[in-house]
Amino acid sequence: MSTTEAPADTGTNGNGASGYRWVGTRPVRHDGLDKVAGKARYAADLNLPGMLYGHILRSPHPHARIVSIDTSAAEAMPGVKAVVTGADFPEAPPKGATRNLMCTVIARDTVLYSGHAVAAVAASTRREAKAAAEAIEVTYELLPHVLNISDAMADDAPVLHDNLFTRGVEPRPTEPSNIAARTVYERGDVEQGFAEADIVIEREFSTQAVHQGYIEPHACVVDCDQEGKAVIWASSQGHFMVRSSTATVLGWDTSRIKVIPAEIGGGFGGKTTIYIEPVAALLSTKAGRPVKIVMSREDVFRATGPAPGAIIKMKVGARNDGTITTAKAWLAYENGAFQGIAAMLGCMCVVSAYTLDHLYVEGFDVVLNRPVNVAYRAPSAPAAAFAMDSVVDEIAERVGMDPIDLRLHNCPSQGDPTPYGPKWPMIGLRECLEAIRDSDHYQSDLPAGQGRGVATGFWFNIGEASSATVNLNENGTATVITGSPDIGGSRASMALMAAEELGIDPHSIQPVVGDTEVVGFTDVTEGSRATFATGMAVVEACRDLKEQLRKRAAKTWDCDVEEVEWVDGSAVHGPGEQEPLTLAAITGNAKRTGGPLGATASLNARGAGPAFSVQVADVSVDQETGRVTVERYTTAQDAGTAIHPSYVEGQMQGGVVQGIGWALNEEYIYSDDGNLENPGFLDYRIPVASDLPMIETCIVEVPNPSHPYGVRGVGEVGIVPPLPVMANAIADATGVRIGDLPLSPPRVLAALTAAES
Amino acid sequence: MKYAAPTTIDEARALLAADGDAIVFAGATDVVPQMRGGRPEPSMVVDLKKIDRLMSVSLDGDTWSVGAAVPTSVLTADAVFTADFPGLSEAAGLIGSDQIQNRCSLGGNLCNASPAADSVPALVVNDAIAVIAGGGGERRVPVAEVVTGPGQTSLAHDEIVVCFELARPAAGTSDAYLRLIPRTEMDIAVVGAGVRLTLDGDGAVSAATVALGAVAPTVVRVPAAEAALAGSSLDDAALAAAAAAASDACNPIDDKRGTIDYRRQVAGVLTRRAAGIAADRIRTRNGQQGDS
Repeated sequence: MSTTEAPADTGTNGNGASGYRWVGTRPVRHDGLDKVAGKARYAADLNLPGMLYGHILRSPHPHARIVSIDTSAAEAMPGVKAVVTGADFPEAPPKGATRNLMCTVIARDTVLYSGHAVAAVAASTRREAKAAAEAIEVTYELLPHVLNISDAMADDAPVLHDNLFTRGVEPRPTEPSNIAARTVYERGDVEQGFAEADIVIEREFSTQAVHQGYIEPHACVVDCDQEGKAVIWASSQGHFMVRSSTATVLGWDTSRIKVIPAEIGGGFGGKTTIYIEPVAALLSTKAGRPVKIVMSREDVFRATGPAPGAIIKMKVGARNDGTITTAKAWLAYENGAFQGIAAMLGCMCVVSAYTLDHLYVEGFDVVLNRPVNVAYRAPSAPAAAFAMDSVVDEIAERVGMDPIDLRLHNCPSQGDPTPYGPKWPMIGLRECLEAIRDSDHYQSDLPAGQGRGVATGFWFNIGEASSATVNLNENGTATVITGSPDIGGSRASMALMAAEELGIDPHSIQPVVGDTEVVGFTDVTEGSRATFATGMAVVEACRDLKEQLRKRAAKTWDCDVEEVEWVDGSAVHGPGEQEPLTLAAITGNAKRTGGPLGATASLNARGAGPAFSVQVADVSVDQETGRVTVERYTTAQDAGTAIHPSYVEGQMQGGVVQGIGWALNEEYIYSDDGNLENPGFLDYRIPVASDLPMIETCIVEVPNPSHPYGVRGVGEVGIVPPLPVMANAIADATGVRIGDLPLSPPRVLAALTAAES
Repeated sequence: MKYAAPTTIDEARALLAADGDAIVFAGATDVVPQMRGGRPEPSMVVDLKKIDRLMSVSLDGDTWSVGAAVPTSVLTADAVFTADFPGLSEAAGLIGSDQIQNRCSLGGNLCNASPAADSVPALVVNDAIAVIAGGGGERRVPVAEVVTGPGQTSLAHDEIVVCFELARPAAGTSDAYLRLIPRTEMDIAVVGAGVRLTLDGDGAVSAATVALGAVAPTVVRVPAAEAALAGSSLDDAALAAAAAAASDACNPIDDKRGTIDYRRQVAGVLTRRAAGIAADRIRTRNGQQGDS
């Protein structure tokens, strides 16, 4: 366990925890100085000779048929070199994920949300491109729109897709609707569970759609040559994803496209898809020049992925001893303009932190006239936890039990069934609950007038495909090339794992994010997978190298390789007849022992370790204005093993902060005509630094047996508990439970006023 | 779009007179975001920060003169000014962020004519006078008369606010400004309330001014709240009456920043609290003077 005291750079001492020399230390990140000094290159920083600027024209309507597009005036404007519309792109299939991607990048015959891309211009200057895009004449036939779940699910709702029939309903519906899918998970008999309960609590909750709020807007530069090859510089969570998605949208062969990753200025899931690269590619192809597109903040809010809002109805039964006997949940999640799996994920997460013999969980994925959902840290889990952990808190209050003790009493362990089927592997929920229970925060008396709330969060984490190449240099240093962009300190983590394997200082390792032509295929960074899966590839490549190093030593010593061990960065002769050979000595002599040393590993990482987090907050509530102040906040999270504790803490704190924003103030405000009224950070209120106390961290380490160092992903689960933590703390402070987010001053004051009267 | 940086008021006015589409700016902390947000670019922007008189702060006898383009960070760092007008100083220190306050100004905050401008209620309760340079020379008008509606002022196209004149507060006088924002900074007032009080030797209120921001198209003076406070000893009944009067004086809109009901309710709360803070400041100062 560690705290958030400012950590020293312990990387040079080699004093890792758990018996490791480097894993668990805190070296300064390799990319840190450039980022602090403003030298790091983001996609928008790149300028090429002859480069044009692209501007995308977006729909001012939430739902309309495109009757015609006249680009002639735009094409005649000064500086204009190319204009494209949906008609310039390959035809989209009638339905499915490919259609959704293609039609998100550019609308075909129908616009499905205000901000939907309709056409684009490339011109010599930004100003010319914008002026020309605004001169494109689009004739729309307006269609009725729906912006919230209740309206979209209504029988008489305007239907977005006339070929969308609800999946998961028997018999298959004969009429299309906005309900894309129904998902059910059940076990036991919920009615029996309610019969066994002493108390039953039934509540309804709603959460708002929120944006990931990354500071860097989407940006790319695309240069297409005469032979039809494209080079793309882009900010994303996975450049192989950019390559394959761009190829899909354009109908191009993947091998025509090379993607060079730029530094990424925040993604949080929002950059696991593309919006602008195929548009820039077509403009570049038409104009014969490189094209840069940089979204404005307004574009980002209007046209890129929100995390969905949800409506959740919970009914939970418990006995007076705190045993939860059953839970029944009804969940409906926004999907945005195209169908997704938000509700399905919500169904899988909603009761995951509890052992239940009887459960029935039913979810509905609903399309409506908003941008399509994109992942946001532990997608769908926060709303689900908000519902369940609010009710659990009420149960603890009703049965007079400490809320942590009640959760420990109902805590699943390895071998118990998950709500969605398989058995739990080794998990650290119990340890996280105990860490919070034993924390200085929870053991401290609550200051007068404040309220305290606790809650749990779960996220699956995933593995997927990763590749790494490790090259040993002649001076004994190493270059580690991976295909995962460095979003949260992964260069440092990769270097630490390589350092541990090879036995050299992490500062002797140069971690590199390789482009799509220098490193093997690597899936997009999602599911908190980079340190787990890409780290696994790095370790595998290093272990291959250690074999090679032992063979080189054996060759040098003219002995059997079995007599050579690799210890602390040196080949050691088991029988002790030779002086050890350092890694630098072997690489310096490599030409004479068989040539340069390098290794590559490509793998599908199996056995991702589920993540749990438990958090506690103290808040004060201004009873006259409804303003909530977070006074103290502590988060415990199971990291498996913290490779670089500073960046684990950073992920934990970042998730908490984003969750607090979701809980307290973030919301999309749409006008009646379906336009977003707050497409900027002034009125879309993410927290600022002065809003928050230091987020105290307890790293819990229950190693994941599937990873060589026990790593679990840490990037996502931290955002899950803050929604119920805030609601529970406010309830404790005021005696009033609020089931609708955000818990903004007007909402809280209205609830307090209503409770008084 | 042309950029001009005149060094005299006459030069600046001539530029405006010659170009009906030109606009002036001081810190540009409103103008630049507005243009980025789609406001049509003017033919010319006239930067007022090179004109000495607009950039100076002086105390001449009992009158402060604060240049219209002076960065608000200069005011918040001025201990003498802040001791005279703690409420105005804290209002100036709430605009935007530290970085913004190194650029933004009282003149810009006023002439941008946002109903939510933080410094305006604080200027109004201190009876600030705007000195405006125009065709007929300079005219002096109460700050409350400059803004006529959201984005609208009573200034002619070639008129420029030069400075603000503020009389030093009489003995036993102080002010306070409070605003409600959901965050702690980088935000715009949902409600703002400025209060100035004068207490007599017995601690009774001999004079009170109350002004509200963000609850109507322009800043709202609240005579009924002032009357409720005047003559009182700031007892609970007087404070409650002032709060109720402030709520009643609101003429707000429902918008993305707040509802009508919420703004009304909070306007009363902030008025009561600001009155309490102003009174505490007077009592603290009297106590310090008594000690010395």
